[in-house]
Amino acid sequence: MTALARSGVLPVTRTHSRHRGDPMRWVFFAVLLAVTFAIMLPVLIIVFTAFKPASEVNAFPPTLFPHQWTLANFEAIFSELPFGRLILNSFGFAGGVTVFALVFDSLAAYALARLDFRGSRILLIVIIASLMIPFQATLIPIYQLVSQLGWVNTFAGLIAPRAADAFGIFFLRQFFLSLPRDLDNAARIDGASEWRVFRSVVLPNAVPALLTLGIFLFVNNWNDLLWPLVFTTDQNMGTITSGLTLLTGPGGIIPQGVMMAGALMAVLPLAILFLLVQRRFIESVATSGLK
Amino acid sequence: MTTQNLAPSRPYRPPAQLGGRTPLNGTFKRRATIVGFLAPALIILAAFVGWPMISALQLSFTDASGFGTPEFVGLDNYLRVFSDTEILQAMGNTALYSVLFTPTAIVVALVLALAINSPRLPFRGFFRSTLFLPFIVSLAVAAFAWSYLLDPQIGLLNYWLQAVGIRIGNVLQDPNLAMPTVVLVAVWKNFGFYMVIFLAGLQDIPTSLYEAAQLDGASVWKRFTNVTFPMLSNTMAFVVIVALIAALQAFDQIYVLTGGGPYRSTETIVMQIYQSGFKDLDLGFASALSYVLLIVTLLLSLAQFLFFGRRSKDINS
Repeated sequence: MTALARSGVLPVTRTHSRHRGDPMRWVFFAVLLAVTFAIMLPVLIIVFTAFKPASEVNAFPPTLFPHQWTLANFEAIFSELPFGRLILNSFGFAGGVTVFALVFDSLAAYALARLDFRGSRILLIVIIASLMIPFQATLIPIYQLVSQLGWVNTFAGLIAPRAADAFGIFFLRQFFLSLPRDLDNAARIDGASEWRVFRSVVLPNAVPALLTLGIFLFVNNWNDLLWPLVFTTDQNMGTITSGLTLLTGPGGIIPQGVMMAGALMAVLPLAILFLLVQRRFIESVATSGLK
Repeated sequence: MTTQNLAPSRPYRPPAQLGGRTPLNGTFKRRATIVGFLAPALIILAAFVGWPMISALQLSFTDASGFGTPEFVGLDNYLRVFSDTEILQAMGNTALYSVLFTPTAIVVALVLALAINSPRLPFRGFFRSTLFLPFIVSLAVAAFAWSYLLDPQIGLLNYWLQAVGIRIGNVLQDPNLAMPTVVLVAVWKNFGFYMVIFLAGLQDIPTSLYEAAQLDGASVWKRFTNVTFPMLSNTMAFVVIVALIAALQAFDQIYVLTGGGPYRSTETIVMQIYQSGFKDLDLGFASALSYVLLIVTLLLSLAQFLFFGRRSKDINS
């Protein structure tokens, strides 16, 4: 709580004096705890089923907690799938898209926010309009293009089409606009080039926004199902998300406990990442134009 | 800071931003800079968004199927979109989905944002992190967990609901309940994102407004309707449009949970685009359908922009 207050995210200054000893706040707390439990139930079922022995997974009546904890499901998932390879692919694909898109999006956003040029308004409108295109609409021509380039089953094919995105450009432009212009004008008067202003003045002040966008890009690509299914045919180039669905597909009747272990392993890296940066994440939404 | 420190070390040349234009930074060099900043992103967007859009538009006037030479068929594909009963049903389903999803997701997100924004709530940090977690779980994984919870034989949720006398049966196979179930899973997956945006908006409302309202003796409900809600109108506009676009493009959760069934009751427009484009290889028709969806989305966004644009002006004046 103090950490949150210090960061200025929450107006908690009055909490302790005014609300201590108020019995209603614990009723409020209990109600919200029950709601949160209900919302977390699908996540909890993944976690606990992953540790259940096969005999308990399909038992009636069903229980949330395992009676007997086992790691057998985790051992099984490594023999069913090239799991290490799939996790590495996921990091390569989601990480690659995130890095390229952050660089290219922030460059373009800077031009749109700071370099007044003819046609910048129209360019911005075109970029916003392109946000409304359902991606399935362009998937066929993109696939044709990627396959003509010989990029099917390569990281280039997975990453290049997403190395820049309209949402990221728009999001960062809004954030850059919220930064005081005096800062970069001061640098310009000192003779700094635009590139220098971008790198040394604007980017360091935009870390929360870059972090937020980075999380979105990483999470969305890590979790994307259709994209790796379309652009990879070799199972060794698949991601953890697409690999898991192969288990449920035809011929892949896998015990549910094993599936849950795989699901848990697929979610864990994202959960850790999110918990590490979540405070700054919400801070950044609060200070950016995303509202 | 002294005035000496502010003196530029070289002869002063006002940058273009401040109105000064010299031959060097005014023309070629400046243009090169702008191109340098924009080029990487624009090349990617032109190749993988712009060109595919044009390509899809061309395809939509042909009978392209991936084999042989596509022939020009004029508006045939578009006429088919508005006469095919399956497509009309998918449009109805998409509308139903949007009408169910958008308000539900917004109400859930707003109520939870208000709850975890309240200074009376202990352990707010815990709730904030936990409630956002569903957003980072992939739909493939979420669908798997939900199917297991809802399983009519061994599902924990089914079992608990039966214990309190509620029989829901096999919801994903029930033509009347499949759509609400798919919507429920989508709300579960996405509310966290909208909640965070509302939370950010709530934290921008000056506390002085609430203090003034409290002094005037306004009730909690009055404070919500007269302070919170109007002050959130910009945030609301953003969330409504984002949620509506997401609803119109609903695909993943349906693909993994029901596959469009039972009896096409959860078939949506994007499911049909996927079906005709990737399964039937009816590329021309799939492209026409995409363009119809695109135009509907653009029109709705525009209508919403005008509606909320006017409302926020009313509040300011």
